[in-house]
Amino acid sequence: MFEFFAHHSKLIDQIGINALLALSLSISLRAGSLALAQAAFMGIAAYVSSIGAVHLGWNLGGAALAGALAAALVAAVLALPIGRLRGVFLAIATIGFGEITRIIAINWPITGGAEGLSGIPNDANTLSIYGTLAVVGFAIFLFGRTKLALAVAATREDESAARGVGIDVAGVRMGTLVAGAIVAGLAGALYAHSNFFITPGDFGFGRMEQVLVMCVIGGVTSSLGAVLGALLMTVLPELVRFLHDYREVSSGAILLGIILFSPAGIAGLWQRRT
Amino acid sequence: MLVQQLANGVFLGAVYALFAIGYTLIFGVLDILNLAHAAIFMLAAFVALSLAGLGVPLVLAFALALVVAGFLGVLLDRVAFAPLRRRNAGTLVPLISSIGAAIIMQGVARGIWGPDEQRFPANALSTAEIHIGSLTVGALDVVILAIALVLMGVLSYVLRSTALGRSIRAVAADRVAAALLGVDIERTIALTFFIASALGGAAGILIGLQYNSVSLDMGARIELKGLAIIILGGMGSVTGAVIGAFLLGAVETLSVAYISSSYRDAIAFGVMFLILVLRPTGLFGKRALRAA
Repeated sequence: MFEFFAHHSKLIDQIGINALLALSLSISLRAGSLALAQAAFMGIAAYVSSIGAVHLGWNLGGAALAGALAAALVAAVLALPIGRLRGVFLAIATIGFGEITRIIAINWPITGGAEGLSGIPNDANTLSIYGTLAVVGFAIFLFGRTKLALAVAATREDESAARGVGIDVAGVRMGTLVAGAIVAGLAGALYAHSNFFITPGDFGFGRMEQVLVMCVIGGVTSSLGAVLGALLMTVLPELVRFLHDYREVSSGAILLGIILFSPAGIAGLWQRRT
Repeated sequence: MLVQQLANGVFLGAVYALFAIGYTLIFGVLDILNLAHAAIFMLAAFVALSLAGLGVPLVLAFALALVVAGFLGVLLDRVAFAPLRRRNAGTLVPLISSIGAAIIMQGVARGIWGPDEQRFPANALSTAEIHIGSLTVGALDVVILAIALVLMGVLSYVLRSTALGRSIRAVAADRVAAALLGVDIERTIALTFFIASALGGAAGILIGLQYNSVSLDMGARIELKGLAIIILGGMGSVTGAVIGAFLLGAVETLSVAYISSSYRDAIAFGVMFLILVLRPTGLFGKRALRAA
């Protein structure tokens, strides 16, 4: 057992970080807004926390909080112009925002440019990653028992009806975007502090697609589903290494299979029976 | 200098336009964002390259790869979109299934052609240059531009003046009403995918020829620019996509020449973001955008 963890500790850490990312997206999807800026929030926090650690000597806790705060601030500002957008248009606007963020990271001297930022202290470990995941999971669980959670669900299901009963729809959307950004930010900081270096390419559209896939495979609004989706999509490429150059095909096929046969994702498999 | 840059922008814009038309056609007809479009763009370039490598004349290789791309598009619709259409799955789910299809196509391409960048056979491409005053253009660029313009012309004719074009426009306007009027919806959608994907494939082959480079990540590099273009032109508008593409081509070459190459792509996405926020219908789009 111990040997298993020792051999796969990198993979186990990766699963935890991906689970945080999938959760962070599911938080904004809960309000029905398809805002795809998670990779950018993750990147902003990764850079803020790493620059703080490298140049100012911040420890992991401080760096992660500063990173998450920076991501939250950016999300709050971003929420204003994109407030009117819905559906695919919101998705595209936020993808554009992500690309702009990535291009800034490539060109801004303090980020180390395209070659990346190195020398980040490697002080995040399995405990800090899964500890964060547990805290975030518990916070989402607690939130689910409040009245606000109903407002979020109402906003997702029928925006005009929600507005009709006095729910501040714009506030709900901004709140979920910011909350999601905080979680993505924590994931970004942990990611940076469990790798020795980061590059802008780590936080591009490819990452965003990956997070979206994990979240939707799990079942858009289910937290447990998001974690399982992250687990599946992180482990799967390792399990099919024997396929060599063809191994992407299996991830794509599983993704397509789940989408076509279980529209509510992995979570739909048990929700349907209960 | 300015004229030279504008000429380069036109060559670039023509290929962007072919790519973006495919994107916007599918959005116009189905209201879905097809993220597998870029994978077909890449696959078509590889197919053409392999055919050329087997000694097939380039013109024939181009035509065959176009047909392959078209059928890939039809297959994509059958596998990834048609089942979802039958249960009215909304916009998010088809987006994900198109990502799944793109991952599969990317994986197949990696399996067949390997991870490395490839070039067309050495003697297949003309390196001749044409001089007009102080302007220097490659003969190949002119041929590529001509092919792109001819394809756009054919598409415009098909959409405006044929029964198929009327069906496509009818389904785009209102699918239920079109079905009531006797339009065969599934057949129209399949043909739309064929046309859109063949055009996307043509763009892939032409860009492969233009830079004499075909690689697995060529799709990823144009995918988001295609989004910027169709937003600029107005989602679903073919004319808008063409104008948006030439604008982007010009802005890109001019910004490299006069501002800096490092923020070149940020300009495209910055403009896209602003348009979405200020005028979500784009320059030419008319449809209602705020439906959730």
